[in-house]
Amino acid sequence: MNALIPAVNSKDHIAGKPGALIELVEYGDYECPYCGRAYPIVKYIQQNLGNDIKFVFRNFPLSKIHPHAFSAAVATEAASQQNRFWEMHDIIFENQKTLDPDDILLFARSVGLDPARFKNDIEQKALTEKVEMDFESGIRSGVNRTPTFFINGEKFEGDWTDYHLLEYLKSILARVPSL
Amino acid sequence: MLPIGIIAPDFKLHSTPDQKLELSELRDRKVILIFYPADWSPVCDDQLTLYNEMGKYFARHNAQLIGISVDSKWSHLAFIENRKFHFPLLSDFEPKGEVARLYEVYDAKTGECKRALYLIDEDGTIRWSYQSPVGINPGADGILSALEQIDNLKTVNQ
Repeated sequence: MNALIPAVNSKDHIAGKPGALIELVEYGDYECPYCGRAYPIVKYIQQNLGNDIKFVFRNFPLSKIHPHAFSAAVATEAASQQNRFWEMHDIIFENQKTLDPDDILLFARSVGLDPARFKNDIEQKALTEKVEMDFESGIRSGVNRTPTFFINGEKFEGDWTDYHLLEYLKSILARVPSL
Repeated sequence: MLPIGIIAPDFKLHSTPDQKLELSELRDRKVILIFYPADWSPVCDDQLTLYNEMGKYFARHNAQLIGISVDSKWSHLAFIENRKFHFPLLSDFEPKGEVARLYEVYDAKTGECKRALYLIDEDGTIRWSYQSPVGINPGADGILSALEQIDNLKTVNQ
């Protein structure tokens, strides 16, 4: 069983309560159609499980087949500098077929980013390195395609499509003794 | 699988329709040999796509990636172009599976290579190997750890 390396930490983008019983980590590629399919599924899971789940997204751009994936990932990191990571993450997945630089800039404006600062930030080496670090952590954690999910630190090998992942997470919650 | 520590058997196979690649040409570099069942099949596709992203990491360890299957050189050519692979795919086509047999990773039932990895060092010695169930993509963490171990050992010995 592959374990998540490194564990979720302060460099990660985390949606949800820190103490949630379930920690769901996705390694994803913004231009990958399967990740596009997973996007509403994860949203639905978050709505359904509420405070019982925290969701973490790490970048795993497959740049050779998805030429926009890396720059899209950097754009979300730049948005994060203005505290709009998830807004950018969402708008990119909702429009993943149009990820040219002009489109990205349009998204940046529509999620309320300061465009000048955004343009400057996407050129920062530190953000490129963050995306590369995510990728490398994915390799070490045994990510072998996108999306790959980790649940409470362990790689999820099951079916994530339709309601399968939600049902699986519910079955984990059902096993947690009530306090 | 062949044992660790022996010299990797040499072979010469088509890497493009008009070029052949010989393993011994790659002395002084590490070689990651990827035997896989078939071009275009879903698991192989994911596996090779992943390795294709790892050029930078393999280069750090002076390692060259090479894929081998029983597909023809023309299938390889189309597969490489379509998926934008940046490493050669060798065609173990005629006599079919001869190199895979030599490396003990030929599946006579399906007529395809098994899903197997060999890591060969700069001196041509097999240093690490791994066979994965046919339906399972082994990822790249094993290769990366093996490369790091070899290079760390080298530093210690110097």
